[in-house]
Amino acid sequence: MTLWLVILIAGLLTFGTRLSFILLLHRIKFPGWFLRGLRFVPMAVLSAIILPQLATRNATLDLSFHNPQLFAGALAILVAWRTKNVLLTILAGMVALLLFQAVLGIL
Amino acid sequence: MNKSMTPTSRGREFWLGVRDEAPILLGVAPFGLIFGALAIAANISVPVAQAMSSIIFAGASQIIAAQMIGAGTSVLVIILVVFVVNLRHALYSASVAPHVRHLSRSWKILLAYLLTDEAYAVTIRHYNQEGDPVNKHWYFLGAGLTLWATWQISTALGIFIGAQLPQSWPLDFVLPLTFIAVVVPALKDKAGVAAAVTAALVGLLTLGLPLKTGLLIAAFIGILTGLLVEGRPK
Repeated sequence: MTLWLVILIAGLLTFGTRLSFILLLHRIKFPGWFLRGLRFVPMAVLSAIILPQLATRNATLDLSFHNPQLFAGALAILVAWRTKNVLLTILAGMVALLLFQAVLGIL
Repeated sequence: MNKSMTPTSRGREFWLGVRDEAPILLGVAPFGLIFGALAIAANISVPVAQAMSSIIFAGASQIIAAQMIGAGTSVLVIILVVFVVNLRHALYSASVAPHVRHLSRSWKILLAYLLTDEAYAVTIRHYNQEGDPVNKHWYFLGAGLTLWATWQISTALGIFIGAQLPQSWPLDFVLPLTFIAVVVPALKDKAGVAAAVTAALVGLLTLGLPLKTGLLIAAFIGILTGLLVEGRPK
């Protein structure tokens, strides 16, 4: 029951965000830095999610050479940069993870 | 009469939107499958998982929410993180606002609900092209509804197939990979790279903080860094 409420509130907040400027842009004067800062929101938020996820294994921080996720993540960043292709990036990252896992398992 | 001045019919605009959205679905459908599978892996019930796709309707935040629900994260943090992850939509909202200004409130509400990353990307391109803008919201509607239907169907498939996927598959790793695929091509200037790198490093340093507050701190410091590197507008 609580979960339904969480989803409803999260959904309303998301919808409110999407509706915000469509309704308000011509009614409120927003400061320039605020509007310029919005541009950095997706890259800042998502990057702050990406690196900790790559660096965490079994709920503990692992920045050593034994963490295959770091290598697979680095390769995925390279593929994303070169190809700009979502599917290819995910595929390359998953294959790399399995390969590095196998290699590190042998070493 | 100039051809570009001819008003384009509503139906034609709508189907143009559907057609232009189609190639993007190739990337969206697997993402929906992954969400459905992850939601079931996090012990979320089938109706709730499907409702997340229709009520929240924002892939990245849904995947994070599913993971947090599975990990037993507190309710307030889940809501706050979904809100923050979806803040980028405010930028899309600001960007399309001048184009939908002439529409009725019902239209604005409907189009705001459909304002996802993928619908926005296609629609804003169309708004910036030549042609009579009077019926371009029908294009927005076509692109948005196409994406919506694909998201609902792929979620349902993920829910169905997800139960049969082996637990040992490192499906969790798809999340950072998907974000890498979205973020990296969007980094086009020094300020953007600075914002991303700073946020990533601060996110790592603040990993020990409770309730995922490190994510929020990292995001705000990243945004500030981006603004500082960009400098004042000329």
